[in-house]
Amino acid sequence: MSDVYVMGIDMIKFGRFPERTVPQLGAEAALLALDDAGLDIRQMEAFYCGNLLQASAMVGQRILQEIGQTGIPVINCANACATGATAFREAWAAIRAGLYDLCLVVGVEQMGKAGLLGGGGGGRGIPTEGLLGSGLMPAVFAEAGMEHARKYGTTFEQFAKVSVKNHHHSTMNPKAMYQIETPLETVMNAEMIAYPNTKLMCSVNVDGAAAAVLASERKARELGMGRAVRVSASVLTSDPYTDRDLVMPDVNTCTRQAAKRAYEMAGVGPEDLDLVELHDCFATAEILHYENLGLCAEGEAGKLIDEGETALGGRIPVNVSGGLLSKGHPLGATGVANVYEVATHLRGEAGRRQVEGARVGLTHVIGLGSACGIHILERVAS
Amino acid sequence: MTEAAQARKPLPIRPFLKIPDDGEPHLEGQKCRSCGEIFLGERIACAKCGSREGFEPVRLSNRGTLYVYSIVHRSFPGVEVPYVSAVVDLEGGGTLKGNLIDVEPDPDKIQMGMPVEVVFRVAPRKDAEGNEYLTWYFRPRSD
Repeated sequence: MSDVYVMGIDMIKFGRFPERTVPQLGAEAALLALDDAGLDIRQMEAFYCGNLLQASAMVGQRILQEIGQTGIPVINCANACATGATAFREAWAAIRAGLYDLCLVVGVEQMGKAGLLGGGGGGRGIPTEGLLGSGLMPAVFAEAGMEHARKYGTTFEQFAKVSVKNHHHSTMNPKAMYQIETPLETVMNAEMIAYPNTKLMCSVNVDGAAAAVLASERKARELGMGRAVRVSASVLTSDPYTDRDLVMPDVNTCTRQAAKRAYEMAGVGPEDLDLVELHDCFATAEILHYENLGLCAEGEAGKLIDEGETALGGRIPVNVSGGLLSKGHPLGATGVANVYEVATHLRGEAGRRQVEGARVGLTHVIGLGSACGIHILERVAS
Repeated sequence: MTEAAQARKPLPIRPFLKIPDDGEPHLEGQKCRSCGEIFLGERIACAKCGSREGFEPVRLSNRGTLYVYSIVHRSFPGVEVPYVSAVVDLEGGGTLKGNLIDVEPDPDKIQMGMPVEVVFRVAPRKDAEGNEYLTWYFRPRSD
């Protein structure tokens, strides 16, 4: 089976673009990625498009209406917040299987001011939000964080430090929604949404798009490997049944299983990683994933953030893009934007936030419900 | 409220809350005949072991312990805040989510692992037809 390479990848600056359409945002990212690869839409053999909120609206085909209707297969996919990673992985799988040599991937979302997400379901009867507890995302991830607090004594302050770090990182990322230093007191004193998550510990609802051009090894060699990035693992899991599964979505087990398979597939371990972009949809979530991805021993995530190990310059920088907390979280775009961030470091093109000498990086997303997507990427040029 | 709705007793907020004519309201779990896992609500096969041998209804305990919680300060318009969203492990099996009441919404006043009981009350919301619903809450217990 063929190895798969990222030949071009880019994202638009995340923000709020109410005057633009989803296909326009996706098309802009697609052209950026094609330009980055030095290729043209007419060379693409298939197009994998990730979008969640317009999942029935043929977003991929509408993007081609903006940039060139070449008649190639278009696969529209939706998988909650793992949507972009799923589109990326499907393109990877098709190339690996030998179906195509060149594929386009786009993840795109227009969130508007979406407000609080979740709380759906229930069907007949009366609304149960605030009656049978909370099904809203801030509370769901607050409760997941409290499970860690219960086991290991993790504090509100430690959770808040995640947000301070990621906001700091985003000051060096011109494509992030925000570039604002956000001190600990500001994070902790911000409006409490669902304890222990304050408003500044919740990801930002933004519009955004990211795109990638993937190639088979044969095609990558033909085009030149100079800036190519190897996809050395691609894993997708769903949530296996675990205790309390009925009332607490489990983001841990599916991440652990995906990480284990990804490390095996790539032949690397967490100690080999130079940077990680993980799913910090809430500050509490990032703490959980330090251990889920094996970045530290069980129970030591609080210590990891306290000692600055996951900040730029630390032992294993996490979310140097600013993460979902400050770069923003346009659901379907997130999984491709994470790959963009890691690829940019592996290419040595990340500017002020560059992780020096980065050779191997990992991206991770979680779609609640649940889906976990992990990719491990490696620099090719020596 | 229509007269018909008035004459009816409250409806269960979830189908697994049973309201017998001659007895106390209680929660009913579905116990997998193969692996013994307890579910709330009926399903086709077991989510844990995949068995299709079916389920046995079991009456769940009204006693449990607080597993985790969050204090919710912002919710949908019309939802009274702050309130405590809680996950409770019931004695003998079953995990349930609901509001924890009769405690201050203050992390210093809530201990994970604390004993709680399940109580049943008419919910402060009605449906479009004026039907009332019986719901559950958790509150601290001292025994």
